[in-house]
Amino acid sequence: MIRAVWQALVGGPLRAAPGRTLLAMLAIASGIALGYSVHLLNASADTEFRRAALQLSGEAEMLIRGPRQGFDEALYPQIARLDGIAIASPVLEFQASRSSGEPSLKIIGVDALRARELQPMLLAGQTLPAADLFDPDNIILSAVAARTYGVAAGDRLDFRAGTALVTLRVAAVLPDGSHRLPLGIMDIAAAQWRFGLTGVLHRIDIRFDRDAGPAALRKSIGALLPEGVQLLTPEAENLRSAALTRAYRTNLDMLALIALFTGAFLVYSTQTLAMLRRRNQVALLRALGAPQGTVLGVLLVEGALIGAVGAAIGITGGLVLAQQLLAAVGTDLGAGYFRNLQAALHIEPATMLFFMALGTLFALMGTLAPAIEIAGMPPARGLRAGDPDEQVNAFPLLAGITAIGAAALLLWIAPSTGLPIHGYAAIALLLAGATLAFPPVAIRLLKLARLRLPLPHALGLSRLLATPRLAAIGMSSILVSFSLVVSMLLMIHSFRTSLDTWLEQVLPADIYVRAAAGGDTAYLSAAEQQRIARIPDLARIEFLRSRSLLLLPGRPPVTLIARDPGIGGFAAALPLVGTPAPLPENGPPAVWISELVADVLALRPGDPVRLALGAQPQTHIVGGIWRDYARQNGAVVMDLAEYRRLTGDRQINDLAAWLAPGVSVNEASGRIRAATDDGSALEISTTAELRKLSLEIFDRSFAITWALQAAALGIGLLGVWLAFNAQALARRREFGMLRHLGMTRREISAMLAGEGALGAAIGAACGLFSGVIIGLILVRVINRQSFHWSMDLAIPWLPLAALFAGIVFCAAMAASAGAALATRQEMTRAVREDW
Amino acid sequence: MHFPRDHGSHPEFRIEWWYITGWLHAKDQDDCGFQVTFFRVRPRVPADNPSRFNPEHIIIAHAALADRQLGKLRHLQRAARQGFGLAGSDTGNTRVWVDRWQLLRDGQQYRCRISERDMALNLVLDTLQPPLLQGVAGYSRKGPQGGSASHYYSLPHLRVSGEIRIDRTARTVAGEAWLDHEWSSSLLETDAEGWDWFGINLADGGALMAFRMRNRRGGTLWAGGSWRDAGGAVSNFKPDDIRFIPLRHWQSPLTGAKYPVSFEVLAGPFRVRLEPLMDDQENDTRATTGAVYWEGAVRARSSGHEIGRGYLELTGYLRPLQI
Repeated sequence: MIRAVWQALVGGPLRAAPGRTLLAMLAIASGIALGYSVHLLNASADTEFRRAALQLSGEAEMLIRGPRQGFDEALYPQIARLDGIAIASPVLEFQASRSSGEPSLKIIGVDALRARELQPMLLAGQTLPAADLFDPDNIILSAVAARTYGVAAGDRLDFRAGTALVTLRVAAVLPDGSHRLPLGIMDIAAAQWRFGLTGVLHRIDIRFDRDAGPAALRKSIGALLPEGVQLLTPEAENLRSAALTRAYRTNLDMLALIALFTGAFLVYSTQTLAMLRRRNQVALLRALGAPQGTVLGVLLVEGALIGAVGAAIGITGGLVLAQQLLAAVGTDLGAGYFRNLQAALHIEPATMLFFMALGTLFALMGTLAPAIEIAGMPPARGLRAGDPDEQVNAFPLLAGITAIGAAALLLWIAPSTGLPIHGYAAIALLLAGATLAFPPVAIRLLKLARLRLPLPHALGLSRLLATPRLAAIGMSSILVSFSLVVSMLLMIHSFRTSLDTWLEQVLPADIYVRAAAGGDTAYLSAAEQQRIARIPDLARIEFLRSRSLLLLPGRPPVTLIARDPGIGGFAAALPLVGTPAPLPENGPPAVWISELVADVLALRPGDPVRLALGAQPQTHIVGGIWRDYARQNGAVVMDLAEYRRLTGDRQINDLAAWLAPGVSVNEASGRIRAATDDGSALEISTTAELRKLSLEIFDRSFAITWALQAAALGIGLLGVWLAFNAQALARRREFGMLRHLGMTRREISAMLAGEGALGAAIGAACGLFSGVIIGLILVRVINRQSFHWSMDLAIPWLPLAALFAGIVFCAAMAASAGAALATRQEMTRAVREDW
Repeated sequence: MHFPRDHGSHPEFRIEWWYITGWLHAKDQDDCGFQVTFFRVRPRVPADNPSRFNPEHIIIAHAALADRQLGKLRHLQRAARQGFGLAGSDTGNTRVWVDRWQLLRDGQQYRCRISERDMALNLVLDTLQPPLLQGVAGYSRKGPQGGSASHYYSLPHLRVSGEIRIDRTARTVAGEAWLDHEWSSSLLETDAEGWDWFGINLADGGALMAFRMRNRRGGTLWAGGSWRDAGGAVSNFKPDDIRFIPLRHWQSPLTGAKYPVSFEVLAGPFRVRLEPLMDDQENDTRATTGAVYWEGAVRARSSGHEIGRGYLELTGYLRPLQI
C-alpha cells in the first residue's frame, strides 16, 4: 500500500514534472548555502582568534592585565613573591609603530626564562641561543609578520618609539603556522629599553601552586592591584579579544538565519501548491482505501527528503561560497575587523549535521500544514473536478495577529544591553505574522473596495478575489522578500546618512595629523608641539592625546581622548545626543562619554563617574553623551589641559589643524613634518580623505548585505513564478474558455500579468509596511544593542519607489511566464479536460 | 683563597656554580642519588640598558633525583634573571637563590631548599671537613694553553639530613654529599669538546676527584685531580697521572647521545672502576643552560670492593659544550 501511495503521490509527479521538486530543493539549498557559508566564516574567524589568544596566554592560570599604557613593574616582584604563586611571567605587549608608514606590529616583550614555563609554544618549540634571545638589537618574527613586511632572518626593521628611530635585526622567523598573527617577540629588557617603556609592564601571567587556594590567592592578588589593573582568567582574556567582533558576528549569523527563513517560506509555498495540485490523486487514493496516516506519512517523508537533499546541496554550495568569500574578502566579509588574521576554514561535522537537520526541519515544517489539510480532506470533496474550493480561513489571520502581538511583547521586554536576540526573534515573529495575516486582510479590503477595471484585468481581479488562498501564496513570497529588502535598505541608509553627518561634525578642521599610521609607541613630544604651534601657516591647532583606560568591567578598555575643547566648548564640538548637563562653576571637571559607556554604566548627563587617570582616581561629572561611530569599545572625552594637570603627561598622538587663508595642504604638511623629529612617520590626511576612507570602509562592511538582499528578492520572484505556474495548470479550462470567447493569447497573457502585478503590488505594499517596522527594529533595537550607537532614521524614498515598481514589473513578467505553459496548449483540449 | 669570602659570589667572573652531588637513603627505600646546582652566568649584554630586567646575571638552578625504581632522573630546573630580589647571588658568603629555590651557608651548615609542584628537597648539609682547594691553591687549570682555568674548591663528606617530597609523599632522608664551588671567565679552550669528571667520598673518610678535558677528536686535552687521604694529606695529580678507560657505553633513546657510563680510572695510586647506579642519568637542561649531559650517581670499586660513592659527570657528548 505504501509503495502504491508513494508511486501515485511522489514517483509519478516527480517523473512528470521534476522541475518543481528541484525548485523546492533549490530554495532550501540557497537558504542553507547562505546560512552555512556565513556561519563557516564566522566560526573560522572565531577559532583563529581563540587560538591566537590561547597561544599567547599559554598555560597561565590567571593573568593580570593593565591598560594600554601599562602599569608599574614594581607590581611584578610583589606578585611573584606571594605565597601560592608558582610562576609569574612579566610581559610587555604593545603595537609598535613602523617609521615607514607600514602597518604597525604587535610586539611581545617576554622574559624567556619565565615565559618558557607558561608559554612553551611562544617560540614554537624553537631553541635559540641565549645570546640571540637577550640581544637588545634582536627581534623574532612570526611567519605572517615576516611576510607582511617582506623580510627574512638577518634583515633589519625600523620602528618608531616616541620621536626616536629604533632599528632591530630579525634574529629568526618562526615556522609558518606557529603564530597566525603578525607578531614580534623580544627580550623584555630590550623592549623596555628600545621602546622607551622602562619601568612598565602590560601583563603578568601567573601559575598557581598546586596546593594554593585560588580564592584566597585571588583576594591577596586583588589587594595588590592598582586601579585600572585587572586579574583575569585566560578564558576571560579570550572573550575580551572576541568581544570586539561578537556583536558583528552574531548579526551576521542572524542575517544568515533570515536567509534560511526565506528559503523555508519558499518550501512552504511550493509544497502548498504541490499539495493543491495533488488533491485529486490523494482523494482517489483515499477513496480506494489508503489510510489517512499512510498518505500523510508519504507526503511528510517526501518533504523531509526534499529538505535533506536540498540541505546537502546547500552545504556543498555553502562550502564553496565560503571558500570564495574567504579568498575574496576575508573572514569578516570585508568589514575590516580581522585584517591581520590568517584564517583557514574550520569545518566541523557537527555543524554540518546541524545545518542538514535545519534544512530538513524547515522543509518538513513547510510540508506539515498543507499535508495535514490535504490528507484530512473528505475524498468526495477532493474528487470533485475544478479548482480547490477555497474559503479564507480564519486560522492564518488569528495566528498572524498572535505572532505580531508576540513580536511587540518581545520588543517591550528586550534588555538594553547584550546580544540582540530579542530583536531578531521579534523580526522573525513579525515576518511570520505579516505573512499569515496581511494577505487575507488585503484581499478583504480589496473586496470591499469594489475596483472597476477594464475587461481583461477585471477578470484577473475577480479571479484573485475568488481564490484568495492561491493569491496569498504569491503575495506572501513578495511580502517576505520585500520586507527584508526594505528593512535592510532602511537600516543601511539611516546608518550611512547618520555616519556622513557625524563625520562632518567630528572632522571640522582642514587637516588631521597622526604621530604614526598605527601603534601605541609613536607620539609628539612637548617640544615638537611647541614648534608646530609656531607655524604661521596654521590658523588654529587642536592637540589630542588618546590612550586606553580600563573603565567597563569585563570589557576591553575604552579610549580616553583628551583634547582642546575648541571654540564653542565640547557641547558644540561633539556630536551630542540629548541635552548636555548644566555644569556647576566649581564642580568636578566634566567628561563627555560615548553612548556605549553611557549604556554599559547606565550614566546620564550630570552623573558622577570615577576615572583612574593620575595617581589617585578622581570623580568627574558626565557633561554629556555623544555619538561615536569610530571606537567600538567606547570613548571618554576630556579637556586636554585638565588631563595634563591630572597626569603630567605632555605627549600627544594627533592634532587637527585649520589652515590660514591661501595656504595649501601640501605647504602646511611640509611645515608640520619639518617641525617634528621624524617627519616621515607622520600620517597627514585631509578631511575629505578621511571621510572618503570612512565611507569606503562602511560600504565594504555592508557589501555582504547586498548579496542577502539579492537572494531575498530572487526567492520572492521565484515564489510568484511558482504560484502562477501552479495555477496555470488548474486554470487550463478557464484559459480555453476565454480563448473560445475570442480573447487572444496576448490578452490572456496581459490578464495574467495584471493579476501578477496586482498581487505583487499588494504583497509589496504589505512588505513595505512590515519592512519599515523591521527596519525600525534594526535601527532602534538591534544596532543600539549590538554596537551601542544610535542613528537617525532616514528613509530612502527614491530607491524604495524604484524597487517597488521593479518588483511589480518583475512579478507581472514572472506571472505571465509562469502561466505561459498553460496558455500555449490547445484550446479544444483545454476545454474538454475534466480531471 | 679566603673564606668565608670565597664561599660567596664572584660577579666579576662570567660563570660560577655551586654543585652539590650525593647519595641519600630513606627508611625501607633503595639508596638514591641527588644533585642540586646553582649557576650564575653573565650573558654578553650592554650594561647601559636602564631596564631593571637587563639580564646582567642569570641564575639557573637544577635539581635531580636518581631513583632506580623510576629508571631515569627526576629533574627540575628553574632560571631567572637577577633582579627585583627574585633571583640573585650574594657576595661574602654563600647565598644564591631563584624564587623559592635557595642555597644558603649559615655557620658550618648549608641549607638547601628546592620547591616545585612535583618535587621538593629541603636539606641541611653539615660541613665536617675543611675545604679541599683544587689545583694550585684553588687555581685549577683546564687546558695545556694556560688560558683556561677556574677557581675551584670542594667540600667532601657533607653530612646530609632533611626531607624529600615527591608529588604529595614526603620522606625523611639522610646521606652524604660533595660540594664543588667553581668560578671562571674562560673555562674551555677552543679545542675542548667537553669533560669527564668524578668526585668520590671514600669510605675511609678520604676524597678522590679527577677530571679530563676532551678535545674535539675525543682524545684527552688535559687532566687533573686530587686525593685527600683520611688523615687530611692532599696529593695533586699531574695530567699524566690520570687515565680514563671507558668500559661500557649507553645510548640515550631520547637524544641519541652515547655516553661512557662506566670507566676504569687510573689516578695516582688508585685504580678504580666507576659503576653507575643506573644507566639513564641523562640530564636534559636545554631549556635553561642549553646543554644535555650525563650526571649520575656512581659506586667506586677497587679489586671488587666498594671503596666509595660519588658522582660522575660526562659533558659534550651530544654536541661540543658551549659556555
